[in-house]
Amino acid sequence: MRTFVIAFIAALIALPAAAADVQLKKGPGLDKVEANCQACHTLAYIPMNSPFLNAAGWSAMVTKMIKAFGAPIDDGDAKAIAEYLAKNYGT
Amino acid sequence: MITRRHLLETAGAGAALAVSALSLPKFMAAEAAGVDLTPGVPQGISSYVTMGTLPGKKPLIQLSDRPPNYEAPIEYLRTPITPNDQFYVRYHLADIPEVKAEGYKISVGGDGANGTAEITLDDLKKMPAVEVVAVNQCSGNRRGLSNPHVQGVEWGYGAMGCARWKGAKLKDVLDKVGLKKEAIEISFNGADGPAIDKTPDFIKSIPVWKAMDESTIIAYEMNGAPLPHFNGFPARIVVPGWTGTYWMKHVISITALTKPQGGFWMNPAYRVPIGKFPLRDRFTTQEYAPNTPITEMVVNSLITSHRDGAKIKASTVAVSGMAWDGGYGIRSVQVSTDGGKTWASAALGQDLGPYAFRPWSFDLSAKKGTNTVMVNATNKIGQSQTAELIFNPAGYHNNVMQNITLIA
Repeated sequence: MRTFVIAFIAALIALPAAAADVQLKKGPGLDKVEANCQACHTLAYIPMNSPFLNAAGWSAMVTKMIKAFGAPIDDGDAKAIAEYLAKNYGT
Repeated sequence: MITRRHLLETAGAGAALAVSALSLPKFMAAEAAGVDLTPGVPQGISSYVTMGTLPGKKPLIQLSDRPPNYEAPIEYLRTPITPNDQFYVRYHLADIPEVKAEGYKISVGGDGANGTAEITLDDLKKMPAVEVVAVNQCSGNRRGLSNPHVQGVEWGYGAMGCARWKGAKLKDVLDKVGLKKEAIEISFNGADGPAIDKTPDFIKSIPVWKAMDESTIIAYEMNGAPLPHFNGFPARIVVPGWTGTYWMKHVISITALTKPQGGFWMNPAYRVPIGKFPLRDRFTTQEYAPNTPITEMVVNSLITSHRDGAKIKASTVAVSGMAWDGGYGIRSVQVSTDGGKTWASAALGQDLGPYAFRPWSFDLSAKKGTNTVMVNATNKIGQSQTAELIFNPAGYHNNVMQNITLIA
């Protein structure tokens, strides 16, 4: 409980700071996620959309970011990102 | 469960901590994470969500800070007019300049116009002013409650608000340049844009007939004050009855078109399956099977006095909230305390016009134990809320009747 309260207060203090980055789960591919996705949007979009997409759903999401939104992500990174998302934020 | 008192006692080590906690609204302390999320939204939200305070705003549910997407807790929606500092914030794209009133102008033209014009904020204010009280609701409000979940910003109940908007008629601005008879759509662009050039800019159009509606305005005031930056300063388009996607913030260009507006944000985004919803307003120049642009809001209601599971006294308890629709106006709000077997009318409150939130209230005779309250609004053309979700891929138009439990 006490640990939690301290964490909560820490979160309150951090509130006005726009750069209070979302911490994603550690795992292979996280570096590619951090390197590519944050250029356009907060990483919060990932846990927000979880966990209800399967591997195909996350792969389609990465493709949408590239095709519809013009994200300059190379094929290797796209694959690593989709795998990371499916493993850590998929169903 | 962490209570407000526990929080303050624990925080007592530092005065600054206590002050920051004290400045928060009372309801925030009720839940562990400090945020009362709407039951049913994707679980992952709770792993990061906080209340976030944008400049000029009270704490809102910060679904994302870049681009800013901040939702109003239901406690902010207890009045038919939502105060500016409690109004939700929604952006698609992260490059959001602070537009100054000085030097601000809107370019008006297009191949469907006879000429061009540049309209300053002063020009707008010199034109005959119109006021309209209207609900601005994000198309995706309640997306987070879709079952199954669908991708997008996972809003609960609070991606909406109702304000008194004041501005010039869009029609009057279009009359300055004159529309050709071939004009079919009026499109809008705002000062905000994408973080990278390859991302489609957010550009939206409406049919000419809706643009020429007397209630469609270019608003420069919201509830008697200049628009907050995060709600579109210096001016935004207000399309009463239609979902927020068309209400372009920081509008810098208005273009009359003889061909349908293209781009990602018209198609495939913001579309609903044809024939699935009882909508009257059709945007036919953008209608390509199997779907059509979202247009007017479906009739809906929200209980704002109590959250699901709230504790009450075994006595007469006023359960209240808001009802709204796409501009026909609310005829009645029915409440059932037996799961929908029998219904009674709620009392309707102040009528601020057909596009506004209509307050309603119902005196519940609460018995010891579990009480349920189910609500169904009906508009003046006889449309009511649905019992079951009408699933669609973007999670739009969720007007499923609430049925909350109150414990006495």
